[in-house]
Amino acid sequence: MKSLAELTALRDKLQKNVSLREQEETKRVVVGMATCGIAAGARPVLNAFTEEIAKAGITDTVVTQTGCIGICQYEPVVEVFEEGKDKVTYVKMTAEKAARIVAEHIKGGKIVEEYTIGANK
Amino acid sequence: MIRSHVLICGGTGCTSSGSLAVRKALENELEAQGLTEEIKIVTTGCFGLCALGPVMIVYPEGTFYSCVTAEDVPEIVSEHLLKGRIVDRLVHHEMKADAENRVTSLNETQFYKKQKRVALRNCGVINPEVIDEYIAMDGYQALGKVLTEMTPEDVIKTVTDSGLRGRGGGGFPTGKKWEFASKSVSDKKYVACNADEGDPGAFMDRSILEGDPHALIEAMAIAGYAIGADEGYVYVRAEYPIAIQRLQIAIDQAREYGLLGKDILGTGFNFDMHIRFGAGAFVCGEETALMTSIEGNRGEPRPRPPFPAVKGLFGKPTVLNNVETYANIPRIILLGADWFNSMGTERSKGTKVFALGGKITNTGLVEVPMGTTLREVVEEIGGGVPNGKKFKAAQTGGPSGGCIPAEHFDVPIDYDNLIAIGSMMGSGGLIVMDEDTCMVDIAKFFLEFTVDESCGKCTPCRIGTKRLLELLNKVTDGNATMEDLDKMEELCHHIKSASLCGLGQTAPNPVLSTLRYFRDEYIAHIVDKKCPAGVCKNLLQYSIIEDKCKGCTACARVCPVGAISGTVKEPHVIDASKCIKCGACMAKCKFGAIVKQ
Repeated sequence: MKSLAELTALRDKLQKNVSLREQEETKRVVVGMATCGIAAGARPVLNAFTEEIAKAGITDTVVTQTGCIGICQYEPVVEVFEEGKDKVTYVKMTAEKAARIVAEHIKGGKIVEEYTIGANK
Repeated sequence: MIRSHVLICGGTGCTSSGSLAVRKALENELEAQGLTEEIKIVTTGCFGLCALGPVMIVYPEGTFYSCVTAEDVPEIVSEHLLKGRIVDRLVHHEMKADAENRVTSLNETQFYKKQKRVALRNCGVINPEVIDEYIAMDGYQALGKVLTEMTPEDVIKTVTDSGLRGRGGGGFPTGKKWEFASKSVSDKKYVACNADEGDPGAFMDRSILEGDPHALIEAMAIAGYAIGADEGYVYVRAEYPIAIQRLQIAIDQAREYGLLGKDILGTGFNFDMHIRFGAGAFVCGEETALMTSIEGNRGEPRPRPPFPAVKGLFGKPTVLNNVETYANIPRIILLGADWFNSMGTERSKGTKVFALGGKITNTGLVEVPMGTTLREVVEEIGGGVPNGKKFKAAQTGGPSGGCIPAEHFDVPIDYDNLIAIGSMMGSGGLIVMDEDTCMVDIAKFFLEFTVDESCGKCTPCRIGTKRLLELLNKVTDGNATMEDLDKMEELCHHIKSASLCGLGQTAPNPVLSTLRYFRDEYIAHIVDKKCPAGVCKNLLQYSIIEDKCKGCTACARVCPVGAISGTVKEPHVIDASKCIKCGACMAKCKFGAIVKQ
């Protein structure tokens, strides 16, 4: 390390590795990971969300799992919680859909209506 | 891509309750379930809740699991880490999931709510063996700031303005100490760290070394810049193997990154440091004895002045601070003197770490702003005295301190208040005592410690403490007279005023403070020949209540010296001349027929 600038650049790069431990999120993406969800392919969906959010440099959103939501025929199910807003429930998710939700909803603030439970009844 | 961090405490407390086995089991289980790419295991320093170890936190949820065993790990992995179902039975009782399956934040629990972690900010948050994690938490930014933006005078001024005082016990203003050393003219100066934590029950310095060793390295380099030193020594007791190992790893990593060594951050500033091991002599926590020991000589104190800031290590000007003091420095530099002195009381700024021990529910490590009352620390954070017993006193300052009785429960804790009520801050050990504790016995315990640890160089300490202990033994044996109490007090004052170093000067404090607040207990021992708490064996008498005894013979069979006799189904009797007062009969009796008085 030759200068303070170099140290600061390294810090900025490393910060994302520990940001998971700072609970200051405003959005929460919850993936249904019960047996039905896993069987329907929730694992790749979960990983896609984690990857896309990190790639986009979003720091105020965490990705977690939950148990069975109770609508097994729509699995994989993903719910997005945001402070002060109604939760949004996305159904029959795939990794590709996850990428679009991150880009449009998480980053852009616009709900992807066609993937929600309302549009898939 | 990592989606979850599992933090496992690797402090000495949790290591001894089995956190290494938990970590191993977790590694195996993640491997077996194919989750190694998604879940990261981080071994951290102390979280503070040592009584509930091994402890584990799972992020991003922030779930706090306590008393985790290796057998619990498969369930945590398959339920929580895979399916997101929190294992409720292992969750800390205050953090049980609510209806929405969201746990409350760790910071909202009683144990953490009133805490303010400055010196412990990274303990239990980062992996102390990975310098990158420290850097990610603004590590070494303070060093960068002083080297590029501040003059040594600016640094000293900031530390002085912050109001930081030595956390090792004395409470001397740190900025003043640095200023004296910077003004001493010499071709060579040293920065030294006192990590010879010897007070029974105190372990905050160890926890900082184990949980955040880079904070110490950074602070010592800052001190080096401020006073014009290029070399540092950390004197740490050899009984702290984990602390030593992590500090050495940290020093090696800092050298590798060019944060120790020559031309740090391209500013031309040089600083490097070494570790020296203490062999467990309590007197080596005294600054002059510590430096004598680093120099390779027998650890004995010498008279002051000259003070270390003028003539210290190897005869050169030296700044010597304790670990916790240093751990505050990087934050003070980054956030400013005003930030620091906004916390605390008028003459004691910032926070203080306390090691809670004794008769208290949450044994562990807590950091609170100066001025927090003893009641808040013991009842709210510490969870109070267990088993429905009554709080009697708290002992602070170890063998140099005194006992604070319940009547001073609401005194705000700071340096000056503690001295005013006959105790002292010390390094921050806080031992809680309930009604079953005999205060004469406690004074004896600490005095036995100082008699053992007196280095023997000066007479008042070497012989005076021994004579004082003999007087105390007379009291607990029931042979003392009221005149002995006056003799004890007089002897205490002589030892205090004539001893060479802090060890002797403070050794009588436990006796003086118990005499001040619990004189009635001394008198009970002397006049009534009774120990009110039922601790001092020579004043105890075990006897059998005739009406309650069913003659089951259980007590007679368990007595190791055959002091109990009687026939079956008839009341038994204890022969007091044979009884060794072990209490085995009382524990065995199902009818509550045996009493001690």
